[in-house]
Amino acid sequence: MERFGAKTIAITLLCLGSLLGQASAQGGELRFCLRSEPKTFDPLKVEEDASAAIRYLTGGVLVRVNRQTQQLEPELAQSWKVSKDGRQITFRLRGGISFSDGTPFSAADVGYTVQQLMDPDLHSPTGDAFRSSPGSVETKVISPTQISITFPAPVAGLDRLFDQVAILSERSPKKEMTVLGPFMVADYKPGSSVLLKRNPNYWKTDEQGRKLPYLDSIRLDIQPNRDVEMLRFKRGELDLINSLDSEYFDKLAAAAPQLVHDAGPSLDSEQLWFNEVAKSPIPAYKKNWFRSATFRRAISEAINRDDLSRIVFHGHAQPAVGPFSPANNFWFNGSLKPQPYSPDAALKALQADGFRMENGALKDKDGNEVVFSIITNAGSKTRERMAVLIQDDLQKIGIHVNVVTLDFPSLIERMTQTYDYEAIILGLTNVDLDPNGEMNVWLSSSENHQWNPQQKSPETSWEAEIDRLMKTQASSTDARKRKEAFDRVQEIVVEQEPFIFLINKNALSAISMTVRGAAPVILSPQTFWNAERLTVSAK
Amino acid sequence: MNLWRKLACAVLVLVIGASVAAGWLAPAGYAKQYREETNSPPSHAHWFGTDEIGRDRFARVLYGTRISLLLAPAAALLSTLMAALIGGLAGYLGGAWSRVAMTVTDLFLSLPWLFLLITARALMPLNVSPLLSVLVTFLLLGLLGWTTAARVLCASAGSLRSSDFVRQARAAGIHGQRLFWIHVVPNLKPVLYAQFWISIPVFILSEANLGILGLGVAEPMPSWGSLLKELEGLVSVGEEPWKFVPLVLLVIVVTSFHLLLSRQDEMAV
Repeated sequence: MERFGAKTIAITLLCLGSLLGQASAQGGELRFCLRSEPKTFDPLKVEEDASAAIRYLTGGVLVRVNRQTQQLEPELAQSWKVSKDGRQITFRLRGGISFSDGTPFSAADVGYTVQQLMDPDLHSPTGDAFRSSPGSVETKVISPTQISITFPAPVAGLDRLFDQVAILSERSPKKEMTVLGPFMVADYKPGSSVLLKRNPNYWKTDEQGRKLPYLDSIRLDIQPNRDVEMLRFKRGELDLINSLDSEYFDKLAAAAPQLVHDAGPSLDSEQLWFNEVAKSPIPAYKKNWFRSATFRRAISEAINRDDLSRIVFHGHAQPAVGPFSPANNFWFNGSLKPQPYSPDAALKALQADGFRMENGALKDKDGNEVVFSIITNAGSKTRERMAVLIQDDLQKIGIHVNVVTLDFPSLIERMTQTYDYEAIILGLTNVDLDPNGEMNVWLSSSENHQWNPQQKSPETSWEAEIDRLMKTQASSTDARKRKEAFDRVQEIVVEQEPFIFLINKNALSAISMTVRGAAPVILSPQTFWNAERLTVSAK
Repeated sequence: MNLWRKLACAVLVLVIGASVAAGWLAPAGYAKQYREETNSPPSHAHWFGTDEIGRDRFARVLYGTRISLLLAPAAALLSTLMAALIGGLAGYLGGAWSRVAMTVTDLFLSLPWLFLLITARALMPLNVSPLLSVLVTFLLLGLLGWTTAARVLCASAGSLRSSDFVRQARAAGIHGQRLFWIHVVPNLKPVLYAQFWISIPVFILSEANLGILGLGVAEPMPSWGSLLKELEGLVSVGEEPWKFVPLVLLVIVVTSFHLLLSRQDEMAV
């Protein structure tokens, strides 16, 4: 009896302690920075990071890619089914859910959202991903909790695309300002901050049945200056920093290692490419170099990627293997081998191709000295440093490189309008795991096929093969076949090196000790992907 | 020669001498990358440490000094001469001349230089050697930097024109060029000197900023401007104080020149 009594008291105390602990864990305000002004609060018009962050925190979606497991999970939809031909998807929705203003959620809202999304007049960047061919999208509300959506042509990876589609209310007068996500926009001071408050009608609960989110509010300060962001974090005025630069990461790690997190290689890559555009205003002999796979491979082989990673990114980057980062668990082609660093082999390959070394300078078979310029955007310290390291690497095989930094608009104009450049270093920010998100890069007819865009028909056999494979994978619903096709695309890109992939940056972040429940991941948004389960204790 | 002038002279001789002897003092050169010793603090091998990609900061400061000390004063001289010619003459002649010259100056000041510089960069070929990029950069600075000084000189020359001693000279039969060169120009010297010395640090910093437009000194060549860019990401002064060497050097050199020449100027007046 005595033992029973003691046990009961102990359990009661434990429960009380746990309850008190939980009570203190709930509530609070999370504060971090947006690096630019959000251009829109309409989730269908989102095209930049700041608006995407707000959409992620406020938007309710049918399905969500779990940023940790990279698996698709049900949200507003309990279940879903994609038809065998990949044209139709049917969602079974949860019942009893309301928008933040109390308007009930039903299948009609999903239908309304999809129609808005696919409206050509809206020019929704999110909608572009669904447009595999011309024609209208049909939505059929089967019941208040069931809807089928039929596309004019198969859309590969159709269900995953809904991760980006925040559902709008058809009936609410507040339209996009009424939401189904964990938070809602409560206040916006242009140029200063956005305040998000807990959505009182959010449908989710935790394992103990407590309502989510735990936080009362999130304050997003608009702060483009990274130095100021870092100082404010150090002073305790911010709770987290997303996408931290490697330089800041190391400085912070030296002072407080418990605050920084390196989640490993992200999906983002940095690459160098040569201008292969036939009509570009560069000398013909240079075009011949740049259009030669041997030349491109030799350049690639002469670049010390380990040094780029170690010196420029302070070790917080991995030498890139190919077009997809190893962080993309499913789509990365694991059979690809890292490009070896061998200036000797590079020089031999060039000499076998008719180049010769004279007085420390490399010359082609017509006697033209191999000199070219690399442009990159001014202000990006990492790219400027990469360019200078590459300049030094290539000097070892007799190639003289001029590094030129340009303001971003001038660079983009040269890259997309005048084609007046020789080589560029830029990066690709990938938020989509599926290769369909990169159709606009790999198809030879695409505007973003940067080394030689908008080709009427593929100018090389390997580009024709990439076109065919990309279309094959985009129109197939068989995951295995899609993977086979995209594996081959990756192999061709590594063989031909139209993009010389340099490094994959690590996902770096900083999180204050006052934040509980954070688990940084490589996918965007790295630190607040589970915002509904984060808590901030008293400062 | 007083103590300050002697000190200024010694500093300038030391700095100019060191930059001229850069090849001997830092034989490895400014571009050599010590990739295993990046961002290192001062040591026996690297007196001012190394930069982010392992280049010896001492060598870069010496070679950067050579470039900036040669070209920033050259650009300042060019802009001051243009200002003296346009502003000085406009002020001396007065009337319609002054109005026309100042209208042209105002027009020049109101031009959107940022966009014109972007256009200038667009017209230049990308494959420009670092040396040529240096010359083009400072030539542009010299050609564009005369306007503010011209207004100051116009006002100074205007006040001299109506001063008692110039009136007296006129009354004594001195006119035209003789009056201008003997009585006006010597009295404009303090203003000219001031404009010249103000321009040097401005041009050095402008050169660093022009890098944003792709017009600065091209890598791997160093300049004080490009070295000062290293301070951008510095969160606190005490963190890596050796990175402040180019800034300290800039202040010391400009102050020394100022001490040396302003004293000379006072004596001349």
